[in-house]
Amino acid sequence: MSALAVYVEGIGLWSPQLPDFAALRATLAGEAVAPPPARPPAALLPAGERRRAPESVLLAVEVAGQAVTMSGRDAATLPCVFASSHGDQPIMDYMCATLASAPSELSPTRFHNSVHNAPAGYWTIATGCHAPSNAVCAQRASVGAGLLEAASLALADGQPVLLVCSDTAGSGPLTEVTASTAPFGCALVLSPQPGASTLGRLVLHLCPGSIVDAPVVPGVPADWIASSPAAVALPLLALLAQGEGRCRLMAAGSLGMDVHLEERA
Amino acid sequence: MLEPIIPLAVSAYTATSALGHGLEAHRRALEQARTGLRPNDFSLDPLQCWVGRVDDIEQAPLPTPFAAWECRNNRLAWLGLNQDGFLDAVRAARARYGATRVALLMGTSTASIGATEEAYRRLDPDGGFPDDMLRLAIHAPHSLAGFLAEALALEGPCLTVSTACSSSAKVFASAERLIRLGVVDAAVVGGVDTLCESTLFGFNALELVSREPCRPFDRARSGISIGEAAGFALLERVEAAPGAPRLLGYGEASDAHHMSTPHPEGLGAELALRDALARAGLEPSQVDYINLHGTASLKNDEVEAALIGRLFPPTTRASSTKGFTGHTLGAAGIVEGVVALLAIEHGLVPGNLGGGDPDPACGPHFAWRNESRPVGVALSNSFGFGGNNACLAFARAERIA
Repeated sequence: MSALAVYVEGIGLWSPQLPDFAALRATLAGEAVAPPPARPPAALLPAGERRRAPESVLLAVEVAGQAVTMSGRDAATLPCVFASSHGDQPIMDYMCATLASAPSELSPTRFHNSVHNAPAGYWTIATGCHAPSNAVCAQRASVGAGLLEAASLALADGQPVLLVCSDTAGSGPLTEVTASTAPFGCALVLSPQPGASTLGRLVLHLCPGSIVDAPVVPGVPADWIASSPAAVALPLLALLAQGEGRCRLMAAGSLGMDVHLEERA
Repeated sequence: MLEPIIPLAVSAYTATSALGHGLEAHRRALEQARTGLRPNDFSLDPLQCWVGRVDDIEQAPLPTPFAAWECRNNRLAWLGLNQDGFLDAVRAARARYGATRVALLMGTSTASIGATEEAYRRLDPDGGFPDDMLRLAIHAPHSLAGFLAEALALEGPCLTVSTACSSSAKVFASAERLIRLGVVDAAVVGGVDTLCESTLFGFNALELVSREPCRPFDRARSGISIGEAAGFALLERVEAAPGAPRLLGYGEASDAHHMSTPHPEGLGAELALRDALARAGLEPSQVDYINLHGTASLKNDEVEAALIGRLFPPTTRASSTKGFTGHTLGAAGIVEGVVALLAIEHGLVPGNLGGGDPDPACGPHFAWRNESRPVGVALSNSFGFGGNNACLAFARAERIA
């Protein structure tokens, strides 16, 4: 295939160690970073929603808000793709536990918050966005597959797109099968054209075959990357912090994707 | 403004639902106006409701090489793949284009959550999953697509779309983009959802489940009947299958209104419909049939009936087929896409089963009984929780003017 090229205009990041993208930059520069509070602030949500919103929504809205703010774009006009390998694990754990013990006591609110597109739903409601919204996953390849989906949407329709990749930590017995020990979220605003807020150009190239080695990023502890299926985005985020370079993500179970970040011209 | 897309060939398609296995079972049931709904005999603590249950899943284990993927949802996927020569059509596409040049894009709302529910019912004394359920891949929403990638030996882009009840409509849009950009040459699209406790008790908790067979667009409708289904389609460039029906366009939009209630004026649904017409290069008057979302929930049907009355002339015929299959949730997009394709192929506008006493909100567009007429262009609406809307446009290869 010919490569897909998109321009990064905004970056969002949240993990137990990093409150935003600037904190990753600082970490890579060897500076100490104060960890964020336990709950992502998700300031874009109305106060009532913020109190009630499930973890998956707070995390996704927080990083989406950061990325859109950096891009200077209007969130209401941006099509969005929300990628998550496991959705809201605390809610899944609650649902399965309740169904096993007292199914008729299942909470209707937790049920409608259990849909994989809950973050997309809350985001579009909070921002008044009527553009297409999507919620996707691809097991451990959700970040790369989400990036491919978002880039192809941006290029096919010729408009900027918001990509959010996030996963909550595991909860209850589910943790054993999801291997998610910590929450992680990141977001990118991707444009088909260069512009005033372009931070860099990403060139994506699909390459058949699996990645055998775990990704390594100098300056980023390996256990951060291993802590969440969404944290496999850290090598890409590190490239963006450094300004240029290459990394490889999984785009599907047996399909790699070379990502080349070219410095802003 | 959107440019019309280059249509794609739907070179193979199939569906398996409560109406039976494969296209012929669906055509016969539609022609005979025979529902597939039955009193709920699924859940362990059965709710008083009706369900669209697929026969024979319990007797159809996965072939041994795929045993690690065992669960009800993947069984239904395999059963569905083996109808109408679909497996052979995929194998031929793989041989023609190469395994990395065929995308696999699946829609599902709950995938194999039923297996995770079972693991929680049988936790070990130490609180962990029982050994036979420690199969990591079936406890993730990508379980369906992961299984199909292995079963079909496809190595291209592989993605699960999970936007509740619009999931397996939206995969057509993702596929068209990947083909247009030259990332792949063909795509297997579709979706599977199976009956599970999560959706039965979840929709029940929301008071959206009817105690009787669902009655879409009926004055006395009282909620949905949940169903299960598998459906698949193979999309290729038109030159590869010039005689096949076409995917003419698609539309996607968000309500930005409420997590579980549609926008009162159907704003997102209308945007998705208009988007689909624009990409298809169609005027509303050129649409012969619309398979409606028509869940039989009070709100959806009211909003959707008004939308159809507002946008289309009465020559456009409309019906919901959820009275036949139940609401198959994440599989609704593909199953009802297949119904739209059957309408085109057989000149059959299926009657809106269950609407014996039509809601006065319904205009003259509604086909309350089967109508035999040529269908050149058919749409399918799919709307989901989170205000997630999608619309697909299909056409006969040589469209009727």
